[in-house]
Amino acid sequence: MSFLEVLYFIVPSAIFYAAPLILVAIGGVFSERSGVVNIGLEGLMVIGAFTGILFNLFFADTFGGATPWLALVAAMVAALLLSLLHAVASISFRADQVVSGVAINLLAIALSLYLVKKIFGKGQTDFITERFARYNVPVLSDIPFIGDLFFKSIYNTSFFAIAVAVVAWFVIYKTPFGLRLRAVGEHPMAADTMGINVTRMRYIAVMISGALAGIGGAIYAQTITNDFGHATINGQGFMALAAMIFGKWHPLGAMGAALFFGLAQSLSIAGSSIPIIQEIPNVFLLILPYVLTIFALAGFIGKANSPKANGKPYIKGER
Amino acid sequence: MSNRATNILVPLVSVILGLLVGAVIMLVSGYNPVVGYTALWNGIFGDLYTIGETLRQITPYLLAGLAVAFAFRSGLFNIGVEGQLIVGWFAAAYVGVAVELPKIIHLPLAILAAAVAGALWGFVPGLLKAKFRVHEVIVTIMMNYIALHVTNALIKTVSDGGDRTEKIFTSASLRSEFFQNLTEFSRLHYGILLALIMVGVMWLILEKTTLGYELKAVGFNQNASEYAGMNVNKNIILAMVISGAFAGLAGAMEALGTFEYVSSKGGFTGIGFDGIAVALLGMNTPLGVIFGATLFGSLKYGALNMPNEAGIPLEIVEIVIAVIIFFVASGYIIRLLLLRAANKKKEAK
Repeated sequence: MSFLEVLYFIVPSAIFYAAPLILVAIGGVFSERSGVVNIGLEGLMVIGAFTGILFNLFFADTFGGATPWLALVAAMVAALLLSLLHAVASISFRADQVVSGVAINLLAIALSLYLVKKIFGKGQTDFITERFARYNVPVLSDIPFIGDLFFKSIYNTSFFAIAVAVVAWFVIYKTPFGLRLRAVGEHPMAADTMGINVTRMRYIAVMISGALAGIGGAIYAQTITNDFGHATINGQGFMALAAMIFGKWHPLGAMGAALFFGLAQSLSIAGSSIPIIQEIPNVFLLILPYVLTIFALAGFIGKANSPKANGKPYIKGER
Repeated sequence: MSNRATNILVPLVSVILGLLVGAVIMLVSGYNPVVGYTALWNGIFGDLYTIGETLRQITPYLLAGLAVAFAFRSGLFNIGVEGQLIVGWFAAAYVGVAVELPKIIHLPLAILAAAVAGALWGFVPGLLKAKFRVHEVIVTIMMNYIALHVTNALIKTVSDGGDRTEKIFTSASLRSEFFQNLTEFSRLHYGILLALIMVGVMWLILEKTTLGYELKAVGFNQNASEYAGMNVNKNIILAMVISGAFAGLAGAMEALGTFEYVSSKGGFTGIGFDGIAVALLGMNTPLGVIFGATLFGSLKYGALNMPNEAGIPLEIVEIVIAVIIFFVASGYIIRLLLLRAANKKKEAK
């Protein structure tokens, strides 16, 4: 394979793997910027994937080609509802946010597998028939090099994910809502004094993170695995969490990190057919995202500082 | 109501609520909860064999619970018990197959290898926390995945491309003929004694040594401990190392007792994460961990009987466990409700 061929092969595949990560990581940015740690992203993705696949299987005949997109909406709603549980526990009940997140993860995988076994009588669902289609973007795909790299046989969902990242950047940094969101995560008492409803802001942020994680999970299931079982998500939520931190709690940074992790994932899967990469033992590519995240946190790649009030419940009148 | 009483009531109420939620879910999804819970009961206490297997299941839960609880007491949240367990599992199994030695040396060596591997895996997040103030939760989560992939790669190397190692030499095995005869040939092994001794060790460290006092002090208030002349950084690292060693021992239970080999894994064992539930339910005390491990170990093993006897997916028990964690974590609201109930009673009088 020539270098260009390798590039044409690996870049679209990286973007393809990155799309769900981008969405979930952005969800994490919203939640943690408001001061609520969300370890439950993994579980929210699981519920999204499960709901998406279920909706797709049941309604493929009714909605035809639009099914995968409608399944995203269903997944969004389901994950949003589950994230409410995390919100209630960590915002209203003052639970330890990490513990509540762990509970969400356990609950999501258990509940969806329980239902899969109840409905299908086996450990995984059937394969979906209506999938997201790859397609060539008209005009743009004719551009030499760039067209081949970014616009040939690509999923719409990838564009969607990148668009969401840009919108999230705009919302968090350029709107009053975003300013309030960040204020609540940095210094909730000051924000409260200025008349911002801390509890309300945090609920909204956690719900946004749930919605995005649900969509991300459903995209992952409907583009990569095409069915749902116990190993469908298998750590993608934590990978997104890592992308969020590696991206320093910034939407565009998270997107960049997700794209990079997508590259690592696609290399670890497709690398065996590429010269040079063949020589690197697979395990190094598999652990790369996690090692990099630790390095980023330790400050070797620029200091990653979390929002100040991240993880602390806000109790009115407490100093 | 006294503080102590509510402290014990919160876990109890949580367990009852968890089981209730499980019953409701069974009812809604068209199963009979009475049949379901009877199957669960039989899966735990059915006969001598199941009791033996239940005790076997409790063994790693004890150690995983200790690991999480020990870190908690020093103000650290070790989500990495899962990864530390996996490396401990591999290390013990590796020592078990690599050499053949007299039992008196081989078995302690294999157990020690597991503890050291786990401790090493705990040392990294401890060091990063102490030196760079990096939050241990994220690092330990990342270390879990690194452990999973690295041990899988090592297993492949050790077994010449296969996906499991040979069976360990009997000289490294924890298997016990005595327990096997007692429990109709269940896989119950001597590890449970080791786990119980470790419960005692944790109590001893925390309550009877200067180290334990310092660790707890750091857990309560780092600044005050620093001011009192304690080396906070050293204590943070030590807490993670000891916690990791407990977790590594949990891995040794699987390597030397239950399975007697290590195989590559597609995902996590779940024991480490359940350890969080065990520690929470046990209020991070050594005695509480015995209670938590007994409950969750029993639930986990008993659940295996539910599909056979009642046709109910065993995941129902996982749901119950998740709900219990959720309620224990939300202890504030349960405490509030208990307090209100108590006050009402007082007013009524």
